[in-house]
Amino acid sequence: MATSAVTAARSEPPGPRPRTGRNVELALVLAAVAIAVFGYIEVGLNIDDRVPPDAVEYGAALGVLALLAHGVIRWKAKYADPLPLPIAVLLNGIGLVVIYRLDRTTPHSSAAPTQLLWSTLGVALCIAVILLLRDHRLLQRYAYSGALVALVLLVVPIFFPAVYGSRIWITVGPFSIQPGEFAKILLVIFFAAYLAAHRDALALTGRRIWRFTLPPGRVLGPVLLVWVAFIGVLVLETDLGMSLLYFGIFVVMLYVATARISWIAIGLVLAAAGVVVVGWLSPHVHSRVDQWLHPLASVAAGQGANQIAQSLFAFAWGGLLGAGLGLGHSALIGFAAKSDFILATIGEELGLVGLVALLLLYLLLISRGFRTGIALRDPFGRLLAIGLATVIGLQVFVVAGGVLALIPLTGATLPFIAQGGSSVVTNWIIVALLVRMSDLARRPAPPELSQEVAL
Amino acid sequence: MARRSSGRGNGPQGLPGISTTGRRAGLFCLVLIILLAAQATRIQVFQAKGYDHNPANQRLTIQRYSQPRGNILVGDTPITGSTATGGRYNYKRTYTAGQQYAAVTGYSSQIYGNTQLEGTEDGILSGTDSRLDGWVVWNEIARKQNPGGDVYTTINAAAQQAAMQGLGNQKGAVAAIEPSTGRILALASTPSYDPSTFAGASNADQSAWTKLQADSDQPMLNRALRQTYPPGSTFKVVTAAAALANGVVTDINAPTSTPYPYVLPGTTTTLVNDSSACDQPNIDLDTAMTLSCNSVMGNLGVQTGLDKMTSMAENFGFNDPKLDIPVRAARSNFDTQMNQSQVALSSIGQFDTAATPLVMAMVAAGVANNGTVMYPQLVDKLAKSDGSTVQLMKPRTYKQAMSPAVAGQVQQLMTDVVQNGTGRNARIAGATVGGKTGTAQHGVDNSGTPYAWFISWAKPAGSSDVPPVAVAVVIADSNATDVTGGQLAAPIAKSVMQAVLGGKG
Repeated sequence: MATSAVTAARSEPPGPRPRTGRNVELALVLAAVAIAVFGYIEVGLNIDDRVPPDAVEYGAALGVLALLAHGVIRWKAKYADPLPLPIAVLLNGIGLVVIYRLDRTTPHSSAAPTQLLWSTLGVALCIAVILLLRDHRLLQRYAYSGALVALVLLVVPIFFPAVYGSRIWITVGPFSIQPGEFAKILLVIFFAAYLAAHRDALALTGRRIWRFTLPPGRVLGPVLLVWVAFIGVLVLETDLGMSLLYFGIFVVMLYVATARISWIAIGLVLAAAGVVVVGWLSPHVHSRVDQWLHPLASVAAGQGANQIAQSLFAFAWGGLLGAGLGLGHSALIGFAAKSDFILATIGEELGLVGLVALLLLYLLLISRGFRTGIALRDPFGRLLAIGLATVIGLQVFVVAGGVLALIPLTGATLPFIAQGGSSVVTNWIIVALLVRMSDLARRPAPPELSQEVAL
Repeated sequence: MARRSSGRGNGPQGLPGISTTGRRAGLFCLVLIILLAAQATRIQVFQAKGYDHNPANQRLTIQRYSQPRGNILVGDTPITGSTATGGRYNYKRTYTAGQQYAAVTGYSSQIYGNTQLEGTEDGILSGTDSRLDGWVVWNEIARKQNPGGDVYTTINAAAQQAAMQGLGNQKGAVAAIEPSTGRILALASTPSYDPSTFAGASNADQSAWTKLQADSDQPMLNRALRQTYPPGSTFKVVTAAAALANGVVTDINAPTSTPYPYVLPGTTTTLVNDSSACDQPNIDLDTAMTLSCNSVMGNLGVQTGLDKMTSMAENFGFNDPKLDIPVRAARSNFDTQMNQSQVALSSIGQFDTAATPLVMAMVAAGVANNGTVMYPQLVDKLAKSDGSTVQLMKPRTYKQAMSPAVAGQVQQLMTDVVQNGTGRNARIAGATVGGKTGTAQHGVDNSGTPYAWFISWAKPAGSSDVPPVAVAVVIADSNATDVTGGQLAAPIAKSVMQAVLGGKG
C-alpha cells in the first residue's frame, strides 16, 4: 500500500501514467464554488438590488474549504473518485445560499453563519478522516464498539427536553446536536462488518418455510437485536424519519449481503406491521398520515393551510422554472422552513428544473458510492460503500418524499442542504469514507501486490 | 472470498454476488429518485394552477399587492393612486377625491376586495389581464409581472362635480349620459364615502369599514346604478313615446278621448291629478305632459296596451337583468303581467314600476338621440402602463326605441314641459332644454317622503345636433318641505347640463 505521494510514485508501474481524475476534480470544485457564489449574488440582487457585501468573503470561505479538501485528496488519495467532493461542495454551497436567502425573511434568526461554521467543521473532519484512515478495513475492528457508542449517543437525547415533540437533540449551550445523524454511520459500519462476517451463514443455513429460508436465530439474533434497539429508541423519541431510514438501511444491506429476496419480503411485512402499530399508538403519526392523504383538508375545514399544503403551494408556485432565488414566498411554510422543508424553497425559487437538477446531483453521488462498492474487493468495503450510498439515497427519499407529499412527512434533514450541523458533519464524513474507499477501488493494482490482495 | 464475490452468480451457493445485489440496490435508489422527480413534476406542472388558486394560498394576493395598481382616470387626470405600506401586502389604493367618485370607482381594498370599476376592470388594473402581456414566452421565463394598466372613464369632471354639489347632503343620485354615444358623463350617489379609508389591512381600515357598513344612510350604496325607485311622472315620457309610436296619438296637440274623472278600468277608483288644470276631459297630449296629468297618461297607457307599453319600456333598458356598463346595473322593472288598472298606474310610473337613475337617463338620452338608445358605457379606454391602448370604447346601439319622427314629437313635449310646465326650474339661457318632472309616492299609504325626479336633455339653442347631455336626477330623501321633482331635482339637472354645455362652448 502506498502511504505517501513519494512511495506511491515509486511503486507506479511503468508505462502511461494512470488517470487520477484530480484535475477534473479541481475544475469541478471550482465550478461548484462559482455556482454557489453566483447563487449568493443572485439572492442579494433579487432581495436587496445589490451584490451582498460579503460575497467575496463567502466565496473565499467556501473556496478555501473546498480547495483544502481537494489538496488533501490530491496528496493522500490521488486515485479517488473525482466526483464526490465537487458534488458535496456544490450541495453544501446551495444549502448555504438557500439558508442565507431564508435568513433574509426571518431577520430575528440567522442560521447561515452557524451553518457555515458546521460546514467548516464537516470539511475539517472529512480531511481528518482522509488523512488518518489509511484503509477503511480498519473500521471493521471497531464495528461492535462503534455500534455501542452509537446506541449510547442515540439514548442520550431522552434526557434532554423535547423539541417540537421529538427528543432527538442534545443541547449544550447555544449548540445542539442530533446524535441520530452521527449514529447512522456507526450503524452502517456495524452492519457491514457483521454481514461481511456472517453472510454465508445467513444466506445458506436456516430452516426453509414454504419458499422462504429463515436464517438461524443464532446468526441473525445479534444483528436483529441491535437493529431493534436502534429502532426502538428512535420510535420512543418519535424520530420517524430516522426510524424509517434505519429500517431501510437494514433491509437493503441484508439483501445486498445475502441476495435473499425473502429479506425484502420479511422487511416489508415488518414495516407494514410497524406502521400500523405505531400509527395506531401514536396520534403524532396518525395526524401525519392524515395530512399526507388529505393535505388540503384543513383548508376545506376553514383552518387554513397546514404545513404540507403550504409546502405544496410553494412547489406549485415554482412551476417549471421557479420564481427566482429570493423571489418566492416559502417563508409562509413557517417553522422548519430552513431545515425539514428547505426543499420547498428550492422547488419554489429554482423550479422543477432546479429541483430535478438537484435530484440528479444526489443520484450521481449515490451512483458513485455504489460504483465504489462494486469495484472494491473486500465484502466489508463493498457493503460499507453501498450502505453509505443507500443512506444518502434513502434519506433524500424520506425527506423529499415527505415535503412533496409522496409519503407521510416524517422529518429529517436533506443531506448537505438543510440547516443542521450534525447532518452536514455526518455527510462530510460519509464523503470522506467514499473518497477513501474509491481511492482503493480505483488504484491500479501493482503487480507485486495483486497476489496479496487476492489472498 | 474475493474470488467468490467478484461477479454474478458468485454469491453463496450460486446466489448472486454483491456486484449483482449492489447493482439492484442501486437501481432501487434510482427508482426512488425517479419517483421524487415524477411527484415534483405532478405538483409543479400538472397541479400547479389548482394550488396557486387555492384560497388558503396567499401567493397570488401577495403578488397582486407587490406592485402599484393601475389608475382610473377622468379625462387625463388620475382619480386614484397607490402608496407603499411596506407590509406583506405592500401597495394599497389611494383616491384623490374618494367621496366624489366613489360611485364611479367602487373600492379596492386589501381585505374587502374590489367592486364596481375596481372590480370589473381588476385584471387591467392589477396587471393580470392577458391583454397586457408583451411577449408571453419571455414573461414566463423572466417571471415578469405586467405592471397595472389604466382605465380611462367617460366621466366629465365638471358634470360629476356639479352633480355631487347639487346633491349636497340630500340622499339621492344623478346619472348623466351623452345621448349620441352612450358615454356616461356623471354618476353620482349621496351620501358618499371615501374608499381610501379602508383600502389597507390595518385596524383603522377595518373599523372604517365596519362603521360604513353600520351606517343606516347606506353611504356605500350606489344609488345611481344599484338602486331602483318608482320613477313617477318621469315615466310618462315612455308612455308618450309608446302612444305616439303605436299611433294611439298622432297629433300631440289634438284632444285625446280621455274622460274626466278617469276611473281606473275594472275599479271604482278615480285616478286623481296633482294639478286642477288637468281636471277636464279630452286634454291633448302636449298639455297633459306639460301639466303632468295622470288621468290622460294613464288612459293613454291603457289604450296603447300592456304589450306595447312593455316593449317600449324594455327599449329603454327596463327588465334587462344584465345591463353592464361594465358595472352591472340593478334590473329596472316594468311588469309584464298586469290588468288594465295596473297598466294605467304603471304608465304614470307607479304600481310596480321601478327604475334606476341610469335607466331614466337612458330614457331621456334615447329621446334626445332621435329614438336610438345607446348602450351606456363608463369606460372610454383601457391602456397599458406605457400608455398604449388595449381597448377603445365603441358606441353601441342598445335599441331603436322609436322613429326619429316620433322622437321629434316627444322632444317637443319635453321642451314644452321645461318652457311652460312643471320643469321650468331647468331652463337654461341660450339652450334648448327638454325635461320631465316626477314626484313618486311610496311607502305604506304613500306615507314616505316622495321621490323627487327630473329627467332632461339640453343642447345649445338653435343647434340641430343631438343634445350633448341627458340626465336623470332622483332625490330620495330631503329636508325640503315642498318635495317635487321640479323644485328639488330640476335645479341639479340644470347645473349638470350647464357643466357639459359650458365645457362644449
